[in-house]
Amino acid sequence: MPAKPVSLRGLVGRRAFLSRGAILAGSAAGLGTLFRRTASAQSDANLPPHVPQWMTEQGTPIVSPAYGVPSPFEHDVVRRPRAKTRTMTAASSCTPLQDLHGIITPNGLHFERHHAGVPAIDPDAHRLLVHGLVERPVTFTMNDLMRFPSVSRLHFLECSGNSFWTGTTAKSTVQETHGLLSCCEWTGVLLSTVLAEAGVKENAKWILAEGADAAGLSRSVPIEKALDDALLVYAQNGERLRPEQGYPLRLLLPGYEGNMNVKWLRRLKLGDQPFETREETSKYTDLMPDGTARQFTFVMEAKSVITFPSGGLQLHDHGFYEISGLAWSGRGRITRVDVSTDGGANWEQAQLQEPILTKCLTRFRVPWRWAGSPARLQSRAIDETGYEQPDRADLVAVRGLNSYYHCNAIQEWQVSADGAITNAV
Amino acid sequence: MRSRSLAALILAVLLLAPGCLWAQDAPTYGLGRPATPEELAGWDIDVRADGQGLPPGSGSVRDGLTVYAERCAACHGDKGEGNPMDRLVGGTGTLASANPVRTVGSFWPYATTLFDYVRRAMPLNAPQSLTADQVYAVCAYLLYLNQIVPAEAVLNPETLPKVQMPNRHGFTSPDPRPDVPRHASP
Repeated sequence: MPAKPVSLRGLVGRRAFLSRGAILAGSAAGLGTLFRRTASAQSDANLPPHVPQWMTEQGTPIVSPAYGVPSPFEHDVVRRPRAKTRTMTAASSCTPLQDLHGIITPNGLHFERHHAGVPAIDPDAHRLLVHGLVERPVTFTMNDLMRFPSVSRLHFLECSGNSFWTGTTAKSTVQETHGLLSCCEWTGVLLSTVLAEAGVKENAKWILAEGADAAGLSRSVPIEKALDDALLVYAQNGERLRPEQGYPLRLLLPGYEGNMNVKWLRRLKLGDQPFETREETSKYTDLMPDGTARQFTFVMEAKSVITFPSGGLQLHDHGFYEISGLAWSGRGRITRVDVSTDGGANWEQAQLQEPILTKCLTRFRVPWRWAGSPARLQSRAIDETGYEQPDRADLVAVRGLNSYYHCNAIQEWQVSADGAITNAV
Repeated sequence: MRSRSLAALILAVLLLAPGCLWAQDAPTYGLGRPATPEELAGWDIDVRADGQGLPPGSGSVRDGLTVYAERCAACHGDKGEGNPMDRLVGGTGTLASANPVRTVGSFWPYATTLFDYVRRAMPLNAPQSLTADQVYAVCAYLLYLNQIVPAEAVLNPETLPKVQMPNRHGFTSPDPRPDVPRHASP
């Protein structure tokens, strides 16, 4: 290939990229060491040609520990509080997106948003009541619910407060700006199956979903969503739900804002009108410039973010890097992601990693050659409805700066000539 | 013989058809058991905007002052001014400004929601510990501080749903999104 693919923009041509597959494979393993930590001050004793110390003795035995944990060298891959809050129980913590690969969020790294802390629920002492506009009010035990025909589906969850309308700084990391976002394989029973067991009356239009936490968190869910793809889930990524994710039972409303996916679910009450709870009136409503507030804005619109390279990281060498990130839409599948390295003047279509699933994270990648000049990295997602992730300016022009929720603006990371990556403020 | 079988089949279909319709309405899996009125009485704590779900009881502004001082003021301030936790009073007329102040008085559309939320989630250190009378009283006091009810107000299942909140008509639905004009992309 001629040198042409390394364009002014720094993006490597697709064919050149393919021919460099071997380089990619060789470099991927070392990313964390390269970018997250400074060079090790240790001796060369374990490097070739020496025999590494760990080849000269037996490793640790099996089941130590019985439930495996990450390598101690990954100790800084952790959730972090999103902001200083007045209480640590009504608070949130963010997923370290900059450290993750693929689309699945490890269970211990799933973001948290609790309104009254994490309750310690004995599953044998937990019940789900289904009542209101039903033929037969029913009480379910966890054993009952786990006997229903089950389904497993991959879906993202995003807090509607994810990403800031104002207030980020140059130092903001992707964990801070976009970390109220996670994606798991969820297993449970279709809500429609459970509702049919109770018999939905014709005039039922809304369902109150209520948690068993100290907030008794409650939201009204439209019956159409409940009978469409809503799930009652008891497992994530192959194991029972983590307490932080609603153990033993949570509601999952694919594509809907996080707080509606009520954790520690204890009650579903069917009614003919919304229940107007605190979390759908005074909170989770979007204040517009004219002083009115939009209510029942459930869907998380298409959005994307570059997770590598991203804020706080440092590029030490010129040359090849793979730009990588995540895209998602609450309305369906991602069909395209574009990446720009010049602040949006020029765009290149990214590769999408399969599987590309509905209401699920999609990993995108673009090969990039950094020659040492300043760059402005952006990504924009397009979903199967044709919706395109907006510029911040376009979004703010419509909604102002006080709606707090549902900020899905294009994110920019700035690369300085010395390789430092910062959040574009 | 064949025609008799056919007739029997038709008869069977005719007889079973209504049964099938009925069967769709019956439990398919037979899991779970009927919820008892006692179970529901303890857990059915939500209050709708029209007041459905409000428990018997009542509370005055005067009673509310006492309850509020003992159970709420440490977090929300003596007069609901907030700090360290949410501000509950004031902010009227600020929603369209650059610095909107969202409080019970300026933002909340329904007084019933206040009852529902206080009953289920407040105070933070002891949710569901207030009696129905105490919740009515705290609601009365907060609405009084917001100049929505008079000092002599007494709230109960009849009067609370009738309280008109200043921002009652400040909310819009359904969701108008997508609402941002799309850029022409390549």
